[in-house]
Amino acid sequence: MNDKVLVEMHDVRQHFPVRKAGGRKAVLYAVNGIDLTIFPGETLGLVGESGCGKSTLGKCVLGLHKLSGGQILFENNDISTLKGEALKTFRRKVQLIFQDPSSSLNPRRRAEEILTDPFAIHGLLTPDERRTRIRELCDMVGLSQNYLGRYAHEMSGGQKQRIGIARAIALHPQLIVCDEPVSALDVSIQAQVINLLQDLQQQLGMTYVFISHNLSVVEHCCQRIGVMYLGRIVELASSEELYREPLHPYTQALISAIPTIGENTGNRITLSGDLPSPTSPPPGCTFHTRCPYAADRCREEIPELTEKAPGHFAACHYAGEAGK
Amino acid sequence: METLLEIKKLNVAFQYGKSSTQVISDLSLTVNPNERLGIVGESGSGKSVTSLAVMRLLPEKAVEISGEILFKGQDILKLSESEMQAVRGNRISMIFQEPMTSLNPIHTCGRQIAESVMLHSNATRKEAHIRALELLEQCGIPSPEQRMREYPHQLSGGMRQRIMIAIALACDPELLIADEPTTALDVTIQAQILELMKSLRKDRNMGIIMITHDLGIVYDFCDRVVVVYTGEVVESAPVTKLFSEPLHPYTEGLIGALPRLGTRTDRLEAVEGMVPDAGNMPLGCHFSPRCKYASERCGQEHPKLITLRDGRQVRCFQAEERLG
Repeated sequence: MNDKVLVEMHDVRQHFPVRKAGGRKAVLYAVNGIDLTIFPGETLGLVGESGCGKSTLGKCVLGLHKLSGGQILFENNDISTLKGEALKTFRRKVQLIFQDPSSSLNPRRRAEEILTDPFAIHGLLTPDERRTRIRELCDMVGLSQNYLGRYAHEMSGGQKQRIGIARAIALHPQLIVCDEPVSALDVSIQAQVINLLQDLQQQLGMTYVFISHNLSVVEHCCQRIGVMYLGRIVELASSEELYREPLHPYTQALISAIPTIGENTGNRITLSGDLPSPTSPPPGCTFHTRCPYAADRCREEIPELTEKAPGHFAACHYAGEAGK
Repeated sequence: METLLEIKKLNVAFQYGKSSTQVISDLSLTVNPNERLGIVGESGSGKSVTSLAVMRLLPEKAVEISGEILFKGQDILKLSESEMQAVRGNRISMIFQEPMTSLNPIHTCGRQIAESVMLHSNATRKEAHIRALELLEQCGIPSPEQRMREYPHQLSGGMRQRIMIAIALACDPELLIADEPTTALDVTIQAQILELMKSLRKDRNMGIIMITHDLGIVYDFCDRVVVVYTGEVVESAPVTKLFSEPLHPYTEGLIGALPRLGTRTDRLEAVEGMVPDAGNMPLGCHFSPRCKYASERCGQEHPKLITLRDGRQVRCFQAEERLG
């Protein structure tokens, strides 16, 4: 890993005003105090269940939300202060790949038009150069050039996702946020797209933030993984370490909940209850309502994310002790 | 032992405009009492259509249906609509993927459970209410009295799926068909639902057909698996055999394409290409264009499903030759 830092997040908070049933105002704490560093060239995984704030955090990194608190530095510049030309340059450096390839491609435009957009928006290349570049992109993502004349509905899920990937890499970004890039695809296609993303990363030296609810996919793709629960990171470690020795009870439960081939599920940890609402997160450790080891201290005191072993962080008062 | 369900050479074709497309061809399978059969396949493989055929709920565009579906020796396809109503929801029940769209948003959960009890027995409203409460308790729903009065939108995804299960179990069915019951749920909730289904089956002695694209769930939940591809059975085997010694290249591909926790590989073995269009089936073996073992014969001749001595079935020339 490099000592250089690409993105630095300090106490990032993203709160949304919502209305509950009956019109009462409430605040949804989507991301609630996250400190995280992204190093160039790595793939950082964010994993968690729906509503844990992983997608919101991804969008914060791209500068798509006005933060409610905290700061995000991209190459040492605070992204909230970027304006004009500087903002445009930042936008070229960061890109997004979406979950659902059907709804992220305009149904009324052909693939070629969709792929022209990045160049048109940033006023790059001549029309001829654009055409050549688009064909290059097609080769890179393994899509036949015949598809350029097609509309989204004329392509399969895997092909549409390849267009989405081609669009994201068109301007040589440094950072791509992949938000559930393979969740909507069939297993056999999933593997193709994962391999493609890894090949492109090697070729182009990009950094990925890989968001997924699927821990096996994240473990396969990423060097480091952050496990999120109710807007916070509860554990952060290298993917080998996280799987070999999960310290947080939530991570332990998450790993054991995945039905895996060739594994006896006899001693599975089944969490009781549902994810609490992010509009009223429980006091103390947000996980205490479902944690099998919760003690009095957990109900009152919020555990900080601290380094328990070199490079292995966990936010739990009893990290590593619980469950042994 | 009498088989619970036997599907013999089921064929279903859908009509699109003037042309019709074969979605299921010559599909045969059996479910024994108390057995958990998994049907695995990718989207468009015909796994859901098979389950709808058993429930006699195929859409109107399903014009050509032939073959036999024997439920305890009685051909379901020959029953009249009123006879079918005595079977559907009563002796064979179904759980659908998306609990939000399968529950009625304008009725309370209690009423929807009680409704199916009253529909299939002579229970009075009061008796049905008591039965509904019992069912909710069995499905592990906390404070069932209160949940009875609530509407589907007030519940979380996991709770809604429990309500669906309660409705499906209302009449003590002999066969339960679960069509991707946990796909819309988070992993920790999925683990809860799978545990619940396991324990409910033990108490009730019913057969379950689990339709899924997730091989992990199959390994965890099922006794026997049928792998379908383009509307055909390509392999059928007991779970442990299927994973330790897959016979069909497609099964092998699906298993290889799956990222697995704890076993680090640099690259996933993707199955190249994609599922062919139903209207544009390749000549010969349907999997041959994607198969890394395909020979000339595979591209010309359509393999038959053969049964091995140990009862496993496979549709592949290569396997045939290999196993004599």
